[in-house]
Amino acid sequence: MDAQHDHTGNAARPVLEAPDIARVLTRIAHEIVERAKGADDVVLLGIPTRGVFLARRLAGKLEEITGRKTPVGSLDITMYRDDLRMRPARALARTEIPGEGIEGRLVVLVDDVLFSGRTIRAALDALGDIGRPRAVQLAVLVDRGHRELPIRADYVGKNLPTSLRETVRVQLAEEDGRDAVLLGLQQTVPAGEQ
Amino acid sequence: MLRLPGGNPRTPRHLISAADLTRDDAVLILDTAEEMARVADRPIKKLPTLRGRTVVNLFFEDSTRTRISFEAAAKRLSADVINFSAKGSSVSKGESLKDTAMTLEAMGADAVVIRHGASGAPYRLATSGWIDGAVVNAGDGTHEHPTQALLDAFTMRRRLVGADAGIGKDLEGRRITIVGDILHSRVARSNVHLLTTLGAHVTLVAPPTLVPVGVEQWPCDVSYGLDEVLPKSDAVMMLRVQRERMNAAYFPTEREYSRRYGLDGLRMARMPEHAIVMHPGPMVRGMEITAEVADSDRCTAVEQVANGVSTRMAVLYLLLGGSETALPSAARTEENK
Repeated sequence: MDAQHDHTGNAARPVLEAPDIARVLTRIAHEIVERAKGADDVVLLGIPTRGVFLARRLAGKLEEITGRKTPVGSLDITMYRDDLRMRPARALARTEIPGEGIEGRLVVLVDDVLFSGRTIRAALDALGDIGRPRAVQLAVLVDRGHRELPIRADYVGKNLPTSLRETVRVQLAEEDGRDAVLLGLQQTVPAGEQ
Repeated sequence: MLRLPGGNPRTPRHLISAADLTRDDAVLILDTAEEMARVADRPIKKLPTLRGRTVVNLFFEDSTRTRISFEAAAKRLSADVINFSAKGSSVSKGESLKDTAMTLEAMGADAVVIRHGASGAPYRLATSGWIDGAVVNAGDGTHEHPTQALLDAFTMRRRLVGADAGIGKDLEGRRITIVGDILHSRVARSNVHLLTTLGAHVTLVAPPTLVPVGVEQWPCDVSYGLDEVLPKSDAVMMLRVQRERMNAAYFPTEREYSRRYGLDGLRMARMPEHAIVMHPGPMVRGMEITAEVADSDRCTAVEQVANGVSTRMAVLYLLLGGSETALPSAARTEENK
């Protein structure tokens, strides 16, 4: 399968396939262990929807490397968005903070695509209401550029220079039945970070 | 998520009647409430979502619990809350609903939570064009009290299906019994509509004098005997006898009412093991419910109060959180009348 048509009818080209995604996550897991000196106090928090699946996969890889279970949870940022009033009210996703909490720990936020940075800004606000981590880091599968805020990722699966007319779509087996990162074209406004 | 066609982004939406909600609307509110409930477990029990929005609690009838529940809900979402109670206000000096509404509009109310003794007052407020904001019915006369029905459904789903297992689910096939003063109860009316929409089967139990005229057109069964219904109930909701609305004798004595329609330990033992006892409050111990039942683990009265805040947070978020709301429009409300 080389190209697939998305809902707008445009051909979307895969830039990462399932084996690439697996390799990239393994590398990020190793980088986390290296930078966190053993990853003893790491808590992984995925941003729904696909960030949560990525966080769970990373937790699995961290366990393979360190032999210990890494707490993993989810952080819904809907209520903290700065564009709430520009769109209809949205359904909320689950926030699940692991039992150990985040107080004094190293929180690694996990998301699929880093774009404007507004999602991460909202996630930092949400974290502040839940506790005070020792440090917060950010892991993303794809960084497509076009930041609108002073935010950068600590762990990047793939840097993907894009134009604003392009769309980046991440598909994961848990949600979409297969693993892929698709690059497509959109005629109208660029999509958000979905 | 429900998005109605032709919606102008500034069109406010309202919650006037539980009958206006589709199954998907109701499940969306319950799912949202489930996430809101988790905020109560956090060190900072506040969300920034409605910062800069103003919610007015406009109460023409006495109510402490509903008002503070709405107030807590709005404050947890960071909205500014203005409490307006009719006693000691301009209303006692003879101001009309219209003038009160236009005053609130001039103050920039984004939502008006209204309780009124006259059935239909929230509907009038929502459809009159006096105000731009969203209208939430917090109880009107003997008509409806939709947020109470929503919190009751939320409590039932949590207890009977499970907090996590219940996400996305309705109350399909559950048997709910509502006992007591159905005639004066807006809670019963809202519950019959909402629970039926959610797939539950509702049975009303009351003395014939406390059953409203036209009940045969409601989507529920009516029984005059409590004992035969109890063994087939997943939840039994006890209602208070509303003496303040009664200007005639509806039953011979309180003791007789209590003997026939009150829930005591013996009757509770006849309910299925998983079944719960609910009460919207305020409870009159010794009348419709004995202390033994009220204090048992199966009675969810206190839980219902906590769930009320989560449910009202969900309603306020869905009505005010976005550019247009995810709940039914005034147009739809009108069609259903």
